[in-house]
Amino acid sequence: MQFDSFSAFLDMGGYGFFVWLSYGSAFLLFAILLWSSLSGHKHTKQQIIKKLNRDEKLRQRAQQSSAGVEP
Amino acid sequence: MWKWLHPYANPETSYHLVGKLIPWFAVVSGALLTIGLFWGLLFAPPDYQQGDSFRIFYLHVPAASLSMGIYLGMAIAAFCGLVWQLRLAGAAVAAMAPVGAVFTAIALISGAAWGKPMWGTWWIWDARLTSELILLFLYLGVMALNSAFDDKIAAGKSAGILALVGVINLPIIKYSVEWWNTLHQGATVSKLGKPSMTLDMFYPFVFCFLGFAFLSAVIICIRFQSQILQHNVTRPWVKKLVTVEENKHAV
Repeated sequence: MQFDSFSAFLDMGGYGFFVWLSYGSAFLLFAILLWSSLSGHKHTKQQIIKKLNRDEKLRQRAQQSSAGVEP
Repeated sequence: MWKWLHPYANPETSYHLVGKLIPWFAVVSGALLTIGLFWGLLFAPPDYQQGDSFRIFYLHVPAASLSMGIYLGMAIAAFCGLVWQLRLAGAAVAAMAPVGAVFTAIALISGAAWGKPMWGTWWIWDARLTSELILLFLYLGVMALNSAFDDKIAAGKSAGILALVGVINLPIIKYSVEWWNTLHQGATVSKLGKPSMTLDMFYPFVFCFLGFAFLSAVIICIRFQSQILQHNVTRPWVKKLVTVEENKHAV
């Protein structure tokens, strides 16, 4: 262990601001990237389900009108 | 080898293979980064000139090398996509670009935060820094081209061409510290032979580097899966997959 106390660890020998600025911004960017990737994947699946439901409705309506039955 | 590789060109097989890899990569990345960052931030000895500010090294160097590594991977995928018309390669390019852009941004930000106390300036128009900034713009260009077309094939082609042309920037970044007079120091760990640092500083770096590499793999895999789905919306296996997953969550 290179540091005597937690405050010495945060201080980083006087360079605390610069060290934690770089690690903090990296953590933030990774968090945003991971979150957007996961929510983007979910969003993609939801869009496909929406499209499937829309296609299904169109197909049913086409069948009904070709059978001559009014809904 | 082609016979062995061929099934992986099938989007459905790739989707499920990648899905199986994601949790393993995530666990390995978490473990390596925990060990590497604790070791690097708490136990590695301070640098004799730079003191504790050198601990930015454990973030800056992996981010910078991976920003170039991911670009190389992306360019290889773009090449395969353009030459052999592999649809999956286009999906891989689109998946890698945002991840590479984030690694480049982190390399630039951590470099600025390291440059301020050591060089006295956040930014300087120096060969290494400028070429790394161009790398960021190349990534952003590939992302923009990928989203500029409704047609996924046209988007993949134009983004692939930009990615391939941009490869010229990689040797420029790598050798910028040797070709030009620059503030940026020369290579420390990526030299053939022995790294020029003591081993108790070097080992935590190896953990951090591999940890960040696996982290990038996790995010690329997630984005690759989304891309595969978007490329294959009309396929029966995609329909089946999303309906099964929707029913699972609805119950």
